[in-house]
This record gives sequence, structure tokens and C-alpha cells, in this order.
Amino acid sequence: MVIHNHDAFLSNVAAHLGRPRRTSGVKRPTWSVRPQDRVFAGYSKEELIAVLKKQCQAIHTDVVEVKQHELTQALTDTIKRYEGKTVIAANDKRNALYGLDQFYEQLNEEIDVHIWDAQLGKENQIIAERTDIGISFSDITLAESATVTLFNDKHHGRSISLLPKSFIAIIPKSTIVPRMTQAAQQLHMSVEKGKDVPSCVSFVSGPSNSADIEMNLIVGVHGPIQATYIVVGD
Amino acid sequence: MSIKLGDMSYQDRIEKGIENDFMREAVSSAQGRFRNGRLTQAEELGDWEDWRQLGSEIRTHTLENLDYYLQQLSEQVSKRGGNVFFAATAEEANAYIKKVIKQKNGKKVVKSKSMVTEEIGLNQQLEQMGAEVVESDLGEWILQLDEDPPSHIVTPALHKNKEQIRETFAEKRGYDQSDSPEELAAFAREQLRKDFLSADVGITGCNFAIAESGAITLVTNEGNARMVTALPDTQITVMGMERIVPTWEDMEVLVSLLTRAAVGQKLTSYVTSYTGARLEGEIDGPDDYHLVIVDNGRSKILGTEFQSALHCIRCAACINVCPVYRHVGGHAYNSIYPGPIGAVLTPLLDGYDDHKELPYASSLCAACTEACPVKIPLHEQLIRHRQIIVEQEKKSPVTEKIMMKGFAQWASTPAAYKLSTKLARTALKPWTKDETIKNGPGPLKGWTDVRDFPAPAKQSFRAWWKERKKGVNQ
Repeated sequence: MVIHNHDAFLSNVAAHLGRPRRTSGVKRPTWSVRPQDRVFAGYSKEELIAVLKKQCQAIHTDVVEVKQHELTQALTDTIKRYEGKTVIAANDKRNALYGLDQFYEQLNEEIDVHIWDAQLGKENQIIAERTDIGISFSDITLAESATVTLFNDKHHGRSISLLPKSFIAIIPKSTIVPRMTQAAQQLHMSVEKGKDVPSCVSFVSGPSNSADIEMNLIVGVHGPIQATYIVVGD
Repeated sequence: MSIKLGDMSYQDRIEKGIENDFMREAVSSAQGRFRNGRLTQAEELGDWEDWRQLGSEIRTHTLENLDYYLQQLSEQVSKRGGNVFFAATAEEANAYIKKVIKQKNGKKVVKSKSMVTEEIGLNQQLEQMGAEVVESDLGEWILQLDEDPPSHIVTPALHKNKEQIRETFAEKRGYDQSDSPEELAAFAREQLRKDFLSADVGITGCNFAIAESGAITLVTNEGNARMVTALPDTQITVMGMERIVPTWEDMEVLVSLLTRAAVGQKLTSYVTSYTGARLEGEIDGPDDYHLVIVDNGRSKILGTEFQSALHCIRCAACINVCPVYRHVGGHAYNSIYPGPIGAVLTPLLDGYDDHKELPYASSLCAACTEACPVKIPLHEQLIRHRQIIVEQEKKSPVTEKIMMKGFAQWASTPAAYKLSTKLARTALKPWTKDETIKNGPGPLKGWTDVRDFPAPAKQSFRAWWKERKKGVNQ
């Protein structure tokens, strides 16, 4: 792909900085402080779940904690509570691991269930837009801000957590970390090792909201209107 | 729109702001909430000064090596199937963006909130070429319908009340429901959904570009930026050249500072990092991606004593503590960048000719400097601007020049000084009430119209000192 005008532009930047252009050899310094490492340092998974649950209250997100064999029941209950008639879910490898392949098949007998299908192209987006509930697994879960991190790819479209009216995130307990620091470190390490990071990393904390009208908090301005997290022991 | 909002004088804008009771109350209340939110979150997080120090170090290192990191960013974006355009000026940026849209035969452009596109006047350019441009941030959409400029970096429609918004929706879009914020927002959701799904081109700004992987990070609460970046097939990101960090780890630190300092949130509802074009087999995201990196006067700030102004992460913490902003509102600054950071940045980007009054729109109380999460010495830079305006630009008002000349002569003539300080209290008696001068005469009027001016003391300092030495006051 094309990079336009970079030589003149970057030489001008270097000239204003009063030195020749730097094209290599720049190393990030060791910062004098690292307060981010101290946040919830040494917390157990249970303590982090408590932090996450507390933050969920602040971001208008329901949260339940279940054992793995209780997951499908928790999903059924949440779908009913949201009066969902249609569901869209990622074509996630973990579906099989958590018994969701079978669950979605059974659910499809009662309501419409669409599993993201790369072969269908843009049709997936159209389905997502008219679907009541989107379901995704969290890849890394940030306790401090009650954030699910979604590594979007061809089996896990960005639209799943964005276009439906409601969003359910399945949070494997093992994915919970103190805060965004650990997610960023993981991504940074991937880059350092020469691995490609996903084309989109979505950090999602509850439903969409806005305070643009007289500073009143309104939920669901563009994205989901309601959200539930299901924390699953694994 | 460009940096400058219009041709009305600062004085007229200030008076307009002061007379707008709703705006003043809304701004004051918002400032209180944002400020308290920031302080609460800072306390809860702990080590806030260490966080600020870290933020400051990251910004300093990045700016000092800006050419290196911009090159790394552009190479990574290109590697991931994106095109990069370095634009020295607003004109170059607009021309390139128009060319991309024309090539795609784009009719409808959906945007997420972006200060830099306001700065380069992109919307007008696109409309002139016949494209429909839709701002998708709720506040920006309201302002776009009403043809009104933003007055705050984070909450652009802060100056509007719900009755005005209802009226705008009714007039421009046939809205016929109540003025409840929930109903107004539901209407906006329904209207904007159609735009997201039918747009040919998506345009966003950039909170932080991550050099090491070419990812662009956007921080929003509404999710409109996710819509803009997920749905249209052509995507253009416009970034000010300084909005860059070296790595994901640095992005995380600055996002943590940004969301706390801006609105007192641990994180916003959505923090989205996307890289280049969509990968093979992916459905969401663009198949044609363009990153436009804009200079537009920024490089002139590099290597100067104002370089740290480019550290700004657009959190508006300085705006939220500024007593001047509280009284006059955002439009009074006559710049798309209001408040203390606006008063520092606007003359740097757009020159002193149109903005020489801005550095004076400050009480120099230093609350802005204290609030800044990346430690920009804002009030010191405002003082420096004033020095430059007076000493180098020779742009201080004529009346001020005459007054200062007069003051110099008066203060250097002991007899005149002694006599006038003795007579001052008596001379000002007609305008003095409760030891304060109201509606003062001559040059004092400009001051007393907007500030208190204490009446001269009954006894001068010199007289007091003389008596003290004699032991009268001991």
C-alpha cells in the first residue's frame, strides 16, 4: 500500500526538533515510575471477580457467576429476561468446549439463532442489525473497569457486540486480569514476538451510553441498550 | 469551519456568553461534576502523581522522537493493507480525502467526533463536493442539525438545553415527541442507524495511534466510532501528527489518564483499536483504508518552549477547572479549542493576529496546570504568550500601551507618585461603595465592568511604614 509525502513531512519534523531525521535506534526509556503494576497486585481471581462485580453496578451491567455446567441455563435465563427472539453468536472455538454448539442447536428450535458465518459475507451484518441479542466470549477481562476485551476476526465479527439491542459476554474466569495494563502487555508482547495482532481489538464496558443532553446519562444511544456478563468457572 | 469560529469580536462573544444564563449554569454544573469525577477516580486509583509523571514522560519521549514513531506507524499501517497520506496543510489533507471519496463515488459519509476534522474544515469541503456528511456523536449531530459550533471538547453540545434540542429535531427532522432526553436519544438512535448502514465512507479522528502495530485507538461512550469503523467499506482516519504513542502499553497509560481526567470514568464504554484494512475472510471493517496524518502548523511548535502543548490528550480537564471558561463558555474563545489549552494552542496553530486576546482569557490561577494529566505547564505558557504578544508581536492594545507608558512615567517620578497615592482615595470617592469601586471612571471602567476593584486604603503603605518605624503601629 502507498505512503505519500513521508520524506518531506518527516524531515520537516526532524528539522524543527533541531536534529537529523531518526529512522532507527530509538529505544523506549525505562520510565521512572510504573504505578499501573501496583493496581490490584496480588489479588486472587475471587478478589478480582468481586472488583468486577462492583464495577458492573457503575456501568449498568448485570453480572452472574456460574459453574461451567450451569452456563447454558444462565444463558437461557438471560435470553428470556431480555425477551430475545433472535440471537447471534461468534463462531468461537470455545463454543464446543463449553457445550454451546449443542445448546445453540437446541435453542434454534425455539428462536432464531445465527452463528457468524464468514461465507455469508455482509449478510452477517444485516442479520446482526435485526437481532435482539449478541453473544461473545471475552478474550481478556479487565476487573477494574469491568471490561471485556474482544479479539475480532473472521469468525467473530465486530457487529455481534455492537448492533443487537442486548449484549451477553461470557467471561471464562481464567481471562480475568486486574486491569487494562495486562491486556496491553499481552498485545505488546505479541508485537515484540512478531505476531500480528487482530485487525480490531474492542474493549467493551457495558452498554452504549451518552450524557450529551443536559448531562443526563442515557443508555443505548447507538450500540446495545443492555448488557449481561456471565462469569464461568473453568 | 476552521480553528476560528467566526468574525464576531472576543468582547462581543464574551458578553454573549455572560448573558446566556442557561449556558453559564450548565457549564458550571458540568464543571463541578467532571472535576469531582476526576478527583474521585484519581483518589480511588491512587498514586495519581505517579500516573501523571508517567503520562508526561511518555508524551515527552514520543514528541522528541516524533519522526521515528510516525515512520514506524506509517510502515505498520501500510503492511496491514492501509494507505497513509502525510498532509502538511489543511488543504492537502482535504484534497486527499476528497480524492479518495470521489474515487469511491462516495455519496454519504458518516463521521465520529473529531477535533482535527473541525480544525481543517473538512465537512464544508465534503459538502461542497456534493457528499452528504453525517456527524454520528449525539452532541455533534445536534450541533450539525442546528449549524452551531461545539463549545466543549468532550461534551460539544453542553450549551444547549433539551427544549432547544427538541425544537431542532422537530424543525429539521419532523420529531413530534417530548423533550425527555431518553426520547430524544431514542429518536437520534433510529435516525442514525439508517445512516450507519447506508454510508459509503466512514471518517474518524484518532485518540492514540500505536506506532508499534499501526493500530488506531478511539475512545467513546456511545459506540458511534465502532459503527463508523465497522460498517462502511471505505474508512479514513484523520489524526493530528502528535496523537501517537510508541506501544500498546503506552496507549493503555494514556487512555487510563484520559478517561479519568475527562469525565471521571475508569474506562469509557468503548475503547476500540483497529488496524488497517479488514483481513481475509473478515466482514466488518473497511476493505479500503486510509490514514491521513496532519501537520497544519504543529511542526512549528516542535523545538520551541511551547512543545509540551502538543502533549495534550484532549481530555478537557483544564477546561473543567477554569473559572474564566465557567463565566464565558466555550464559544467566547472563538476557537474550536476552548479553555486554557485552547488559549495556548490556538495562537500557536493559527497565529496571534486573530487570537491575541486568548492568552488574556485566564486568571493565571494555575488550576489548569494542576489538573492536566500529562503535566503541561499551561498557565506558564499563557504568561509566555502574553510576553510575546507585548514584546515581540507588539500587539498589546493601544490604550494599554498608553497606560503602561503613563504608568512608567508616573511610577518613576517620586513626587507625582506620592501626591497621587495621597489623593487617590478622595478622587475616587464618588465611585466608591463598601470599600469597592463600582463602574470606575476612565481606564478603570474596563476593569470594574467585569471585576472588583478595591478602593485605595485610608493610609498608604509608605505612611504606614513611616509610622511603624516610629512605633505607632506596634
